[in-house]
Amino acid sequence: MLLWIVMAVLTAAASLAVLIPLGRQPHAPAHAGAARSIYRDQLDELVRDRERGLIGDAEADAARIEISRRLLNSDSGAAAEAPAPPPAYRIERLVALVLLPLLACGIYLYVGSPQLADRPAVNRAAEPTAQGNVDDLIAKVESHLAANPEDGRGWEVLSPIYMRLGRFDDAVRALGNAKRLLGSTAERESLYGEALTRASGNVVTEEARAAFDRALKFDPDDVRSRFFLAMALGQAGQKDDAIAAWKALIASAPADAPWLAAAQAELAQFQPTSTVTAAAPTAGPVAPGPTASDIAAAAQQSPAERQQMIEGMVSGLAARLDADPKDTTGWERLFRAYMVLGKPDEARAALLRARASLAEKPELLAVVEQAARDIGIGKD
Amino acid sequence: MIVEIGHYALVLALVLALAGGTLPFWGALRGDNRLMAVASTTSVAQFLFVAVSFAALTYAYVVSDFSVQNVVENSHSLKPLLYKISGVWGNHEGSMLLWVLILVLFGALVAVFSENLPLKLKALVLAVQSWISAAFLFFILIASNPFLRLDPAPLQGHDLNPLLQDVGLAIHPPLLYLGYVGCSISFAFAIAALIDGRIDAAWARWVRPWTLTAWCFLTLGIAMGSYWAYYELGWGGWWFWDPVENASFMPWLAATALLHSAIVMEKREALKIWTILLAILTFSLSLLGTFLVRSGVLTSVHAFATDPTRGIFILCILCVFIGGAFSLFAARAGQLSQGGLFAPISREGALVLNNLLLTAACATVLVGTLYPLALEALTGEKISVGAPFFDMTFGPMMVPLLIAVPFGPLLAWKRGDIVAAGQRLLFAFGAAMAVVILGLALMGTPSALALFGVALAVWLMVGALSEIAFRIKLGRVSPAESWRRGAGLPRSAWGTMVAHFGVGVTVLGIVGSTAWNSETIVTLKPGEAVTIGSRTLTMDGFVPISGGTYTGTGVRFTVRQGGNVVATMEPEKRLYTVPNTPTTEAAINTFGFSQLYVSLGDISADGSTVVRVYWKTLIALIWLGALVMTAGGMLSLSDRRLRVGAPKPARRPVAVPAE
Repeated sequence: MLLWIVMAVLTAAASLAVLIPLGRQPHAPAHAGAARSIYRDQLDELVRDRERGLIGDAEADAARIEISRRLLNSDSGAAAEAPAPPPAYRIERLVALVLLPLLACGIYLYVGSPQLADRPAVNRAAEPTAQGNVDDLIAKVESHLAANPEDGRGWEVLSPIYMRLGRFDDAVRALGNAKRLLGSTAERESLYGEALTRASGNVVTEEARAAFDRALKFDPDDVRSRFFLAMALGQAGQKDDAIAAWKALIASAPADAPWLAAAQAELAQFQPTSTVTAAAPTAGPVAPGPTASDIAAAAQQSPAERQQMIEGMVSGLAARLDADPKDTTGWERLFRAYMVLGKPDEARAALLRARASLAEKPELLAVVEQAARDIGIGKD
Repeated sequence: MIVEIGHYALVLALVLALAGGTLPFWGALRGDNRLMAVASTTSVAQFLFVAVSFAALTYAYVVSDFSVQNVVENSHSLKPLLYKISGVWGNHEGSMLLWVLILVLFGALVAVFSENLPLKLKALVLAVQSWISAAFLFFILIASNPFLRLDPAPLQGHDLNPLLQDVGLAIHPPLLYLGYVGCSISFAFAIAALIDGRIDAAWARWVRPWTLTAWCFLTLGIAMGSYWAYYELGWGGWWFWDPVENASFMPWLAATALLHSAIVMEKREALKIWTILLAILTFSLSLLGTFLVRSGVLTSVHAFATDPTRGIFILCILCVFIGGAFSLFAARAGQLSQGGLFAPISREGALVLNNLLLTAACATVLVGTLYPLALEALTGEKISVGAPFFDMTFGPMMVPLLIAVPFGPLLAWKRGDIVAAGQRLLFAFGAAMAVVILGLALMGTPSALALFGVALAVWLMVGALSEIAFRIKLGRVSPAESWRRGAGLPRSAWGTMVAHFGVGVTVLGIVGSTAWNSETIVTLKPGEAVTIGSRTLTMDGFVPISGGTYTGTGVRFTVRQGGNVVATMEPEKRLYTVPNTPTTEAAINTFGFSQLYVSLGDISADGSTVVRVYWKTLIALIWLGALVMTAGGMLSLSDRRLRVGAPKPARRPVAVPAE
């Protein structure tokens, strides 16, 4: 309310700026009068200049004649103007009183946001964070840490979020601080190593390798460290060692380990002819699937980000099935995923693609058709 | 609410600018005094509204209101207060608001302080000024609005370019804008005179204080910007012929020419058309500078905005105003009456020479600045026009100009005596020659160019003093009489002397720092030392530093000369946390007018540090000279006869002392 009152006062002031001068006779010199006083001043100046030797005698005389001529000329146009009765200024007053406020309000309502109040930072520390707004959460934790840089827990909380957002350099810094303040553990060292690896574009650097080695000292079974160390062997060109490491890792894995597929994909690189049966992506040598930290981080995600991650996985699956349509359970998973995401049209389109690519394999197609009917998309 | 009030005030300023651009113009055409008077009140009101708006934005920065997009993008709640405030104009949107604030400030000053200006001229001047502010206010509201809000609002801002977190930023843009935008007044006067069809000596007198004011601020702004680049960028250079620097230098050259030609017009009513043209040209170059810097055409520390729509918008404003002005000029120039006559060798002639050389130099800089841009736009080929081009073209044009400077004030109006003027400058010539001989004797075979440069600087300085010495008959009459004569001289004469002396000072600084500049780049570990000239720098060790938004390492050096400690210096490497940006802060220590400049390179893990050390002879004189020039301008401005175009209000009975 106060905003509108202030705006009304300002508008009135603006209108007055036009209205007031219309209502009174100004007193200002006409051009001729003002110019004449300057020419007289020039004549005086000429005398002074001559005394100071700034102009020769003959030239001063010539200049005096020039100036005097201008002085005389300036009189000619200055016939006394009888003050005429002022006109009514109807249009002008209308402009000031109506057009000006209307125009101002119109433009303001187009560009302004009158519904938003000021929000100085001081009043906002206690403000509840909008749900799922990761940026705000980060900002809160960051400003807390800027004030209390020795809070190791804070750094530890922040690090997976940085990882999730791809701010790997920040994650390295946060994990480094967490390690320094809370002490080294297998978990912290291996996460630190992973952050270093991601920060250098999925290359396991010497520094990262050292971190994984430290982690294995605390816990020889630490999966993340073993995973990345196996990757490091591959990157270093030690093919046989890498194969052995991956095989050992896969052998020790529980069947539902989320990183299993990625590990198998890595192994598949070294054994192109191997008969790895599970869903082994054929593309992307260094694209590990969701690792433990990814899953942990997923819990921290905003709904929108989680949605994005899921959609990324679904489209990855679809792409893989286009390349390798023989995976019948894959098709079933894809149909289900589309239905869960509320995209039945996509599911039907996928079914059509499955029919096209499995046309020569009726026995597989029958399985897929059955699955589609169960899910409720195969009626036609 | 305060933010929205600021936003609304900006809208009102636009509406008032539209009213102030049309009603008084209509009044001037009809000869209606009351309508013409609307110009003054709307100009003052425009200023008040834009000031409210600017204050509101500043408030948003000070309290870190992150519901304002501009604050989010350019501030951070932990930033020191000074940089929160300077952050207001440390970005595209805010700096445009400052630009307009200064524009309407000049309009309001003309409205309030030009009592003696004829009503019609005043109305037209303010109407033109209102057109300009309307165009830019429209631009701000539509294409670069600093009051856009965010909902939901983030809790923290993105900080600002760490290079811009500097006291220099707090001062440099406002000064430069006062200069740039101040040129709009002479432009408005020129357009008003062309519309009115009356251009006379009186016009020149009214416009001169405004030109002089703009020139003073422009000088200060450029000098400040140059010093800022010198100490902040860490390269030890003070002028790079960077297009952005050129963009501010071109209006300065044109304004300097305008200042001098306006004197001729005021005193002798000659060079009318030329002066009008220069007034238009000066502001056009200011607009061009704004366009180049603000459009993102140039990438540099100034290019906050790389949004092409903004560039096109400013380009349109540029075309309308410059194109309109030149069309009007072309239509009217033929009707202007000729002014006073003068011989080639005269004060007028000297000022014409000054103008020719300055505008030619300005054209050179313009070509050097725009040619690479045009070439890149047409052929995609990237070329760099740097110092060598300007040294080859700009330098040779400045030399005759600088040689001629001391002659100007000694020549009489209308018909001068060059031989007599030369005789009066014999002492200055002798001093310059003495410097050359002394230099040869002391330093053996130094560079001929450097000696010539120093001689030129001495010639300028002693020449400026000679003129005053001649006027007050120093040595030819008693000291008391000389004193009396000196006191009687108009301040504008003193101003001329001081400003010309300042040119000499700057030239000396430029020559000194170019010719006797030494630098070394070494890798030092704590305890090691490096020697430059007669001074030895010992690296003592590392000092951790931290400010509100950065942490970093300082390196402490002890400077010894002949075994005595003369200074300690502490250059720094800083890491700004938001965004993650490293910067280098040079340490500068001044010895007399010379400076020792230390800047850090990479610091290795074992403590060995790359250190760049420069010794810059007489470099401080470059900026000192600019300050002296500005002081000259101010002195001239304080001359009562020039003040706001007011001729003597009442005749005093006592005659002016014989000057």
